[in-house]
Amino acid sequence: MDLYSQNIIDHYKNPRNRGRLKDGNLAHNEANYSCGDKLSVDLKVENEVIKVFKFTGGGCAISQAAMSILGESIKNKSIDEILELNFSNIKKMLGVPISERRLKCALLGLMTIQNALLKKQGKEMKKWTDYIEE
Amino acid sequence: MNNLRQQFPILSQKINGQPLVYFDNAATAQKPQAVLDAINDFYTKYNSNVHRSFNPLGEKATQLYEEARQKVAQFINAKSAPEIIFTSGTTESINLVAQAWGQRNLKKGDRVVISIAEHHSNFVPWLQLKEEVGIEIDVIPLSNDYKLDIKKARTLLQQNNVKLLAITGCSNVLGEITNLQPLLDEARERGIVTLVDAAQLIAHEKIDVQKLGCDFLAFSGHKLFGPTGIGVLYARKELLEQMPAWQGGGEMIQEVHQDSFTVNELPHRFEAGTPNIAGAVGLGAAIDFVMENFDIIKKREQELTEYFLEKINQLDFIKLVGGQESKNRAPVFSFTIDGVHPHDAADILGERGIILRAGHHCAQPLHESLSLEATLRASLSFYNTTEEIDKFFKELTLVYKKFQ
Repeated sequence: MDLYSQNIIDHYKNPRNRGRLKDGNLAHNEANYSCGDKLSVDLKVENEVIKVFKFTGGGCAISQAAMSILGESIKNKSIDEILELNFSNIKKMLGVPISERRLKCALLGLMTIQNALLKKQGKEMKKWTDYIEE
Repeated sequence: MNNLRQQFPILSQKINGQPLVYFDNAATAQKPQAVLDAINDFYTKYNSNVHRSFNPLGEKATQLYEEARQKVAQFINAKSAPEIIFTSGTTESINLVAQAWGQRNLKKGDRVVISIAEHHSNFVPWLQLKEEVGIEIDVIPLSNDYKLDIKKARTLLQQNNVKLLAITGCSNVLGEITNLQPLLDEARERGIVTLVDAAQLIAHEKIDVQKLGCDFLAFSGHKLFGPTGIGVLYARKELLEQMPAWQGGGEMIQEVHQDSFTVNELPHRFEAGTPNIAGAVGLGAAIDFVMENFDIIKKREQELTEYFLEKINQLDFIKLVGGQESKNRAPVFSFTIDGVHPHDAADILGERGIILRAGHHCAQPLHESLSLEATLRASLSFYNTTEEIDKFFKELTLVYKKFQ
């Protein structure tokens, strides 16, 4: 199956929840320095639940579409639920085969959200190896 | 020509059932059978350690290793073989200069002039010296035609305290071949030491270090159809003699005592440890190949450059990052595609058998200066064909359409 499905290209060209959040209470950004993909997220978290999510960034279709697709699914989810997500959840959401060379592209969005939440909790943030060893 | 291409076995393979179109020669070039045979022969028949071996096998290995050094010296017209230091590649060669020459000769406030088109390997060693010693770095910008701004370069070289000009001979992104001679002449008149990063240039132009008059010149074997892990630092003997040894270990010493050591003569002083003997032998074979076929290589690359430029200009959704002139240009083309990120294009085309590089190509300062996040790069060699260029543009157009 094609990595660049209609759905991926649609999310890349028309990202959902793109923009900044003025009244957010949590912000974080991550980059994949090996290729230059960047993501910044703004979140509004109330009672340990994600209420509003916005993102900005730049990079390949996979990194941007994965953020857009993940972003749609996290609203009204608890911090704990989001911290439990892993690579296989992302693969399912994207619905396309992810080769090893595109692993980080697919994971950058999850890493950005999870590290935003881990930062809020004062916990150690995740590194690439934490995802790849899963 | 066909005959020459056939000497590169990897080029006849298929990827996903598609013929391999190898357009990543600026990253690493493919190897002709003669190079593969030379490496195989060395390990099959002659493998043993070099120098100080009182046996026929060691003698033969030493002979082959030193013959390779002679070939390199001849290839770039060095005055003598001891001016050729074998390293692991361009990166190590430049680091050797930064550490062994730079640490001793540069002090706080001294200036090193480089260009914006440098590869990270001719940026970072100087940034490290900036941190360690406090040197200042001046960067020659580009003019509007993607060539180095020679006027600005002159102004920078005319400042006080400029001690080194370290400059690329050919940009691995823009494909522009630097007009080295006036810059090197200007530097020499001012007593500024010069280093040429010839990593890209070496595969496209005949280099004569004596004519250029540079003090140092660095290149890698693998971009010249040789193996990876072997490279060269050419250094003028007068400079080498004044430089302290770099890494310590076997081979680089004459005598070692419990509390002291004396260094070996040139070039061994700068080759600590067992060298990459098979790599040097392979590089020697690559140089034989290039010397024998240089005129064909040059002619073919010129034809491919002209054809590629003609084709790329017919597509309005592609923006070439580099000059339009086919003269003084290597067949290295970086560009952007409207609506398609370079990584996506490289991935999709790769699945179709077309091998390209996407990103900043280890030239992040250059990309930043051009306000580009990333580019897609097609870098050709003489063994590529116009049919491959046609196929590439056909597939690239399909990628563009997919994202519309």
